[in-house]
Amino acid sequence: MRAKIRKIVVIVEDTMEEMGREISPPTRRAAALAVIANPFADRYQENLEGLMQIGEELGELLGDKAVAALDVDPSVIESYGKAAIVGEGGELEHAAAILHPRMGKPLRQAVQKGAALVPSSKKMGGIGTAIDVPLGHKDAAYVRSHFDGMEVRVPDAPRRGEIVVAIAVTDSGRPLPRVGGLTTAEVKGEDGLR
Amino acid sequence: MAVEVRKLQTTVEEVFHEGGPPPAAPLLVGAVAAVIANPFAGRYVETLQPFMEELKPFGLELSQCLIAALGGDARRISGFGKAAIVGGAGELEHGALWHVPGGYAMRELLGDAKAIVPSAKKVGGPGARVDVPITHINASYVRGHFNALEVGVPGAPQADELVLILAMTTGGRIHDRMGGLRAEDITGEDGLR
Repeated sequence: MRAKIRKIVVIVEDTMEEMGREISPPTRRAAALAVIANPFADRYQENLEGLMQIGEELGELLGDKAVAALDVDPSVIESYGKAAIVGEGGELEHAAAILHPRMGKPLRQAVQKGAALVPSSKKMGGIGTAIDVPLGHKDAAYVRSHFDGMEVRVPDAPRRGEIVVAIAVTDSGRPLPRVGGLTTAEVKGEDGLR
Repeated sequence: MAVEVRKLQTTVEEVFHEGGPPPAAPLLVGAVAAVIANPFAGRYVETLQPFMEELKPFGLELSQCLIAALGGDARRISGFGKAAIVGGAGELEHGALWHVPGGYAMRELLGDAKAIVPSAKKVGGPGARVDVPITHINASYVRGHFNALEVGVPGAPQADELVLILAMTTGGRIHDRMGGLRAEDITGEDGLR
């Protein structure tokens, strides 16, 4: 099953200053969102294989779009995350089918490597619902400076029979990280954790 | 009184359809939002206009940034709008500083566009959103281009900040069919028709 896409939204955020301090170079992050038709709206569908295929398709499409929006080499990407908002005619499990079984592999290709779990969130929501896409370091989940979240939304979605699917990537952690923990310099990037 | 930028956010929507027949090329709807320090926050300041001069080159920069985000070809842009959100320690009048620098910058870079740039402004807290009105760049009465784009920056404006916004589109509403003046019928002299 292929995604029926109504709209794609790309958001780029550059932070130059935080608490009056210059951030140089600016921290940068991007999110790519697709508004798709939910093929299983308004009925119970036992087998969600179709949505798993859509997850694979969107992992590549949105992963590439988000990386391209930052205009950097894919190897420069430092953290990532994913999320979905299911319109009221659908079921939370529809988000799980898109996000979990097959989205990771093409997303990891888009960011080169990606040993770590891709952090995710999901919810049911009406038109204009916002979601905080969790962010974590792509190769080592314990990198504390990269624990973050990016709030995104599409003002006219999801309609009842739609799903909003989001992928976010960054080339940096928080603007002024200073709470210790594992640093990027210490990452081994083998087990996805440290 | 330099322009002190904390954050820039660009958003580009590629609209393929809204339940009707998809056009040959998707509609692009873009916005750039700049979070800047409000130099007048926390007190009443009578004379505001010198800061407008400071904002003029910044308006050009943001316009260029938005045109680039929409593919880089200014000739494809046919709709525009602008808006400002003033943080809680500021005054609505501070948002009005954006009219001249935002409007004239877009008109200059879009081939001396003739129409007035529609605008909205408000005072709001962090995460406040604004509906940016959009109309045709050369003729305000083009009905198919009457539109709006909701924009906001999570976490901004803080009390002593301004969010300055520009919006542009590559066309009118995706399934425009309400008649009225059409883009291909404008004379484009008075900015209205």
